[in-house]
Amino acid sequence: MGAYLLRRLLIAIPSLLGISLILFTVLALAPGDPFGELATNPNVPPEVRAALRAKYGLDDPLLMRYLHWLTAMLQGDWGFSFASRIDVDDLILQRLPTTLFVVGSSQVLALLVAVPVGILAALRPYSLLDQVANTLAFVGFSLPTFFTGLLFILVFSLKLDWLPFVYNADVAATGWRWYWEHLRQAIMPIAVLGLFQAASYTRYVRAAVLDVARLDYVTTARAKGLGEGAVTLRHIARNAMIPVVTLVALQIPAVFGGAIVTEQIFRVPGIGSLLINAMLANDTPVVMAVTFVFACLVVLFNLVADLLYGWLDPRISFR
Amino acid sequence: MPPILSVRDLATAFRVDGRWRPVVRGVSFDIGPRETVALVGESGSGKSVTALSIMRLTPRDASRITGAVRLQDRDLLTLSDAEMRRVRGGDVAMVFQEPMTSLNPVLTVGFQIAEALVAHRGLSRSAAEAETVRLFDKVRIPAAASRVHDHPHRFSGGMRQRVMIAMALACRPKLLIADEPTTALDVTIQAQILDLIKLLQDEEGMSVLFITHDMGVVAEIADRTVVMLDGRAVESGPTHEIFRRPTHPYSRALLAAVPALGAMQGRARPTRFPVVDRVTGESAEPGEAPDTVQPANLLEVRNLTTRFELRGGLFGRLRGRVHAVENVSFDLKAGETLALVGESGCGKSTTGRSVLRLIEPLAGSVRLDGEDILGLPPRALRERRRRMQMIFQDPFASLDPRMSVGAAIAEPLLINRLASRREAHARAADLLGRVGLKPEMADRYPHEFSGGQRQRICIARALALEPKLIVADESVSALDVSVKAQVINLMLDLQASLHLAYLFISHDMAVVERVSHRVAVMHLGEIVEIGPRAAVFGAPQHPYTKTLLAAVPVPDPARRGTRHGVRADEIRSPIRPPDYVPPERCYREVSPGHLVQVWGAEWEAAAA
Repeated sequence: MGAYLLRRLLIAIPSLLGISLILFTVLALAPGDPFGELATNPNVPPEVRAALRAKYGLDDPLLMRYLHWLTAMLQGDWGFSFASRIDVDDLILQRLPTTLFVVGSSQVLALLVAVPVGILAALRPYSLLDQVANTLAFVGFSLPTFFTGLLFILVFSLKLDWLPFVYNADVAATGWRWYWEHLRQAIMPIAVLGLFQAASYTRYVRAAVLDVARLDYVTTARAKGLGEGAVTLRHIARNAMIPVVTLVALQIPAVFGGAIVTEQIFRVPGIGSLLINAMLANDTPVVMAVTFVFACLVVLFNLVADLLYGWLDPRISFR
Repeated sequence: MPPILSVRDLATAFRVDGRWRPVVRGVSFDIGPRETVALVGESGSGKSVTALSIMRLTPRDASRITGAVRLQDRDLLTLSDAEMRRVRGGDVAMVFQEPMTSLNPVLTVGFQIAEALVAHRGLSRSAAEAETVRLFDKVRIPAAASRVHDHPHRFSGGMRQRVMIAMALACRPKLLIADEPTTALDVTIQAQILDLIKLLQDEEGMSVLFITHDMGVVAEIADRTVVMLDGRAVESGPTHEIFRRPTHPYSRALLAAVPALGAMQGRARPTRFPVVDRVTGESAEPGEAPDTVQPANLLEVRNLTTRFELRGGLFGRLRGRVHAVENVSFDLKAGETLALVGESGCGKSTTGRSVLRLIEPLAGSVRLDGEDILGLPPRALRERRRRMQMIFQDPFASLDPRMSVGAAIAEPLLINRLASRREAHARAADLLGRVGLKPEMADRYPHEFSGGQRQRICIARALALEPKLIVADESVSALDVSVKAQVINLMLDLQASLHLAYLFISHDMAVVERVSHRVAVMHLGEIVEIGPRAAVFGAPQHPYTKTLLAAVPVPDPARRGTRHGVRADEIRSPIRPPDYVPPERCYREVSPGHLVQVWGAEWEAAAA
């Protein structure tokens, strides 16, 4: 196990290096100049602009700049945001908790809905419950989050006026009210993201349970005289969850990507809106850092998925 | 004495596409105390569904069970679900066919047995664990205490079946239902499990309902036998009566098709199975096959060695090797059948594949018509492969479900550019006729055929290129007895008309005795004994050959085995450490062409 983990981490290094090189090249080739607005500002003399470019090394050859970025990165210096005028790592650390809260809660919500519904639907295939669950699942993943998000805002914020539709990072309250206000404004983004994920997870859970339910050891369990509850939980669900857990772990990086749109709709001050604003402002250090964080998440969750798989399924040994 | 279980007019139907399809139609039988009743029949005869119906384990919403199943004084079919759950695993326990899939892979075996103990006997967790260890001892699992916490994948097939039996015995059932419990096991392991079931039956005083398709096993174990056909019990009675005087034509057909070890004594050449009509019961006496063996060697295999490397660790270090085929040499003449026999993991399939170079051997030479196959470049190899074809074990997996059978048979001709599309299809139709199917079936798809028909299609496909050598890898093992007999007859007929040489790979000693001219017994990748069929079966020399032959159940209740002492040996693994050097082997010739490996100390105990 230890050797396996070490080997996987060693393999992760070249892949992350490759990803960062490609990201860096693409960003360097992209049109746009972080100091573009200075060029149009008559108050800034061209010499100042040139000096700034030289200071940040923007005129160096690509490889030099990459190596420069890499060595700085390895020493913990993630760069400086041109637009926000603070260090990139501070910026990301400011935004990350909100995103983690929203994405994490939406995943929990998705599983809380998908696992029971998927299992119940699979135990009675083609029953009324199964039909309803299937229909809702299809509706759920056919509707994009920007549509359901706007619909939610229309209904719950504008018509009913139950929930605020703009996320406010600085809640002017203390104690319990502070938590409650945070939760209240997070309800809609979490619900939109969570239900969207729940729709596809339900389908996976149902398929996995259907596969397991007809296996021989389930008949063995029944032949032992176990009750249906024990058969379902211990023998069917426990095995059916193995592929589902892997799927969820692999989906999480994609969920961060999908959260960008949702964050934008609800004005959630998370990593997604940071990325979009940085792109619009040609703030390359921030774009580079955020995309690189996403890349690390993909690599990390792939490893997590494999480790979970081995932990859940004793037949798999780490070699 | 009143019977333990009494089944009356049991009928089970399954709902398929909205219609009720009867599977069991009015079966009645009794099982007395301490009695063993065998339910025999071929696939689709309804024997397994009968067992599942007794336990009410058929799918709830898609099945209907009528009739009466009385366990002592209760009718199981009218019990409530909660009462039925107490019967299952409590009064009636069940062991299934597939030991590899009937245990939950993510739970320890100890937990899975303790589950039944907690559910039925209300034991605490620690008491259940102690009881589990006792049960493991009872089914003779070595080092019981240390193995209860292992997961099922750490056990071999035979050991898993012992775990299943331990689980079944957990609550001292009155009746044990064993659904083909030994079918998936190797023959020596099968013998152990049969002995174990008999021994435990005596110790516990249980009754046993034994479901099988194997008449040899029936003769070995059953007091009374019920023969099933198409969901009906066509004949039932004491086992020795049924074997001596089968009254129903189907029973007669079934018994005639059973390959019986020792039935070939005094015959020089392979012999067709007698064909008995299922309806009239009339039989045609089998004829010995004509002498097909040519004087010249078609295939010469010398010192063939195939090993697989096992790697692991941080940098993929070599952890060990599977010595699958180790220094194997044999000859095969045109028109001859050489059987490779042995148990799982003995390297017989790898040998067959190495000969065709489907697996790249490590060393040795394979000469086909005097030309070494192993040194050929890929293009020449493809050319030579036309002369060597293969028939696989599973006729369900070896045909492409999306290709019509005509296209499947024509494909070898087309990819070798030996015929135009029209010619190839004409040839496919012709070959279908040759293997006993109708030429107009060429447009149908594999799912429209039964297992036996599919195996015929696979044979037709192998014949398309007019090969000289056919490697038949367990080609009849997955077939029902009567179908098996028909396919073997077909193979013998084709050998007579086309002078085919067969490398016949099988674990079934009785079939091998029937079809082969010469036999090679393999053990741990090596040939331990090779020679003419009559010599190997009539005067086996190597201890392993003797063990193998002794383990085969004989379909004759009068010759019921008198083995004593249940052993728990496992089939040994051919995985060796990286520094393993295979020992030098030498062979001695006991009679012309009959070679035996000189065995070492490890066999002394078995030989004594």
